[in-house]
Amino acid sequence: MAFRNIFSHARIEKNGMLMLVLILLTISVGGIVEIVPLFTIETTIERVKGVRPYTPLEQVGRNIYIREGCYTCHSQQIRPFRDEVERYGHYSLAAESMYDHPFQWGSKRTGPDLARVGGKYSNEWHVVHMIDPRAVVPESVMPPYAFLADKLVRQDDIAGHLTALRAVGVPYSDEMIANARADLLAQADPEADTDALMQRYPKAVTGAFDGDPKRLTEMDALIAYMQMLGTLVDFSAHGLEDFQQ
Amino acid sequence: MSATTALTGRPVAAYDEDVVRLFVIATMFWGIIAFTAGVYIAFQLAFPALNLGLEYTTFGRLRPLHTSAAIFAFGGNALLGTSFYVVQRTCRAPLFGGWALSRFVFWGYQFFIVMAALGYVLGVSQGREYAEPEWYVDLWLTLVWVAYLVVFLGTVLKRREPHIYVANWFYLAFIITIAVLHIVNNLAMPVSLVGTKSYSAASGVQDALLQWWYGHNAVGFFLTAGFLGMMYYFVPKRAERPVYSYRLSIIHFWALIFLYIWAGPHHLHYTALPDWAQTLGMTFSIMLWVPSWGGMVNGIMTLSGAWDKLRTDPVMRFLVTSVAFYGMSTFEGPVMSIKAVNALSHYTDWTIGHVHSGALGWVAFISFGAVYDLVPKLWHRKELYSMRLVGWHFWISTLGIVLYITSMWVSGIMQGLMWRAYDHLGFLQYSFVETVAAMHPFYVIRGLGGVLFLLGALIMVYNLVRTIRGDVRAEAPMTPANRATAPIPAE
Repeated sequence: MAFRNIFSHARIEKNGMLMLVLILLTISVGGIVEIVPLFTIETTIERVKGVRPYTPLEQVGRNIYIREGCYTCHSQQIRPFRDEVERYGHYSLAAESMYDHPFQWGSKRTGPDLARVGGKYSNEWHVVHMIDPRAVVPESVMPPYAFLADKLVRQDDIAGHLTALRAVGVPYSDEMIANARADLLAQADPEADTDALMQRYPKAVTGAFDGDPKRLTEMDALIAYMQMLGTLVDFSAHGLEDFQQ
Repeated sequence: MSATTALTGRPVAAYDEDVVRLFVIATMFWGIIAFTAGVYIAFQLAFPALNLGLEYTTFGRLRPLHTSAAIFAFGGNALLGTSFYVVQRTCRAPLFGGWALSRFVFWGYQFFIVMAALGYVLGVSQGREYAEPEWYVDLWLTLVWVAYLVVFLGTVLKRREPHIYVANWFYLAFIITIAVLHIVNNLAMPVSLVGTKSYSAASGVQDALLQWWYGHNAVGFFLTAGFLGMMYYFVPKRAERPVYSYRLSIIHFWALIFLYIWAGPHHLHYTALPDWAQTLGMTFSIMLWVPSWGGMVNGIMTLSGAWDKLRTDPVMRFLVTSVAFYGMSTFEGPVMSIKAVNALSHYTDWTIGHVHSGALGWVAFISFGAVYDLVPKLWHRKELYSMRLVGWHFWISTLGIVLYITSMWVSGIMQGLMWRAYDHLGFLQYSFVETVAAMHPFYVIRGLGGVLFLLGALIMVYNLVRTIRGDVRAEAPMTPANRATAPIPAE
């Protein structure tokens, strides 16, 4: 009988605060067991060479990608299946999104995966495709994004963006933050001296992305972001054993 | 506040029904907006010209508007409203905090919805599915949600019933868990206190699991536990039968809330999330089938001895069908969480169809049933304007759901198979865009299913407006009384 008294559910049903505490405990277990180890187990993120923080222009482009809800139709996560690897490239590594605040792996492929879209199409193709997707892909159901070509990138707050990202763990150096605005402009300006930019952000793609070097538009930023997606890790320098989690 | 009648000892005019009326109106208002937005974006996928070439009307910006309107505006108002109604009656106590606090919860919640929706259209989004509102909206919602918890828990604590009724366990678990999920998932660093943009605290793989821990439990606690609370009040009430099994409700409650939290990683199968986490997520998702069906059995079997109501009461039909849809989608979910199945279903429309069998069949149908039950009571009308219109609503909406789910099954499975198809030379058989083109007819069918569902909801609004005005339609009853025993005599 003592057993029944101790475990009687009536005690919980008659005590609102007890019920509240027990609910909190019950729902905490799963989250703690699954989430905490991801921050503590070192092999969660593979040790690969080449992954770096986004250039200021790429980060601006990434913010446009988020703002426009591109993730509602495009994934950025290639699964380790034969067909996906043949269609999109090497399967995605955790390391490749380690500086993504927030992650944009997506959950739906109304359009194709974009994890390795960088370098697959020319800047000119991207511009035409963004202005009128059906001009280059007749069956496409993507919305047109012509308005990006008319919107100028806001330049005065870029250092603030990098500072906020540093606060959440992206290793932007003082030098990167101090030169944020200069780097932002240089990446889309074919006339600019990009040596310092390339040193800070290896493999950065430069050029007049939208075809107009005079104006820094959101089209420049978004294409700069897309042209670097999935290009940072040099897979020829790694074997599969490097990707063990 | 505690005036009672001498006869029954029950409080007189002490319950705050006015705020429940506001929530009911908001439920229907946002419901129509959510369904309309859904229909519109469904047709955008079939006919991209509907994106109109404007930045404010692209699929990318309207899709979060649709999901938030459906989950948080329509579903949320239904949950908050019914929880305020149920907690007062089952605790025999008026709302804690009085008029001002409950009005703050109502208007504060509507303000949250409007701010979130404006953000999506204008391009303010965190890019986290079902958690798109930016940091300032999140802070506001936190404040409103704490006020909601205070009202609800305060009412439970000063109840004049010895036991907390089972519906309130589910509502309480919903309120607490959503608070925890909302706060942890939205931890972020704003770029500036006067700007809208923020960066999430976590990144990459950790951020992915945090987000789907949130995302799946938005399903588990917002769209399931909360609506189970609704089921545990309105199904027995409408059937005039006690809950089928008290013990089953205890077991299924604790098992459900314990297991649900683990299921998030099944949204990340075969991604860069470590395998151990994927396997844990899959295992618990499969286990979740059991308590889910425990709840379904408890709901449906409550009709024992009152099955005739399915024939005579179309409101009961909504409630019971919703529980059946709940059973169906909580079976489909665990199946899709199996990695081998998920390899095919993930990234396809199958997921979209699954979500809608839950959202339309379970969440919306049980809300419709509850609102049909509540409106005559809240506005002190003897009955609904027309039971026959409820019947029409039921069949039109059900047909809409069937079109929706089946078309998404076909397009999802077809697309998954096309992606992995190889020709006899060993090359991928289809380009990506060929799979897009192949989905067109199913996108049209899905859109038509949505139109039917919206049409049903509009019939409901008409019916409710006439009910509130006090009209009663002259119509033959759904089933003539005693038809079986008293055949109509020949003339």
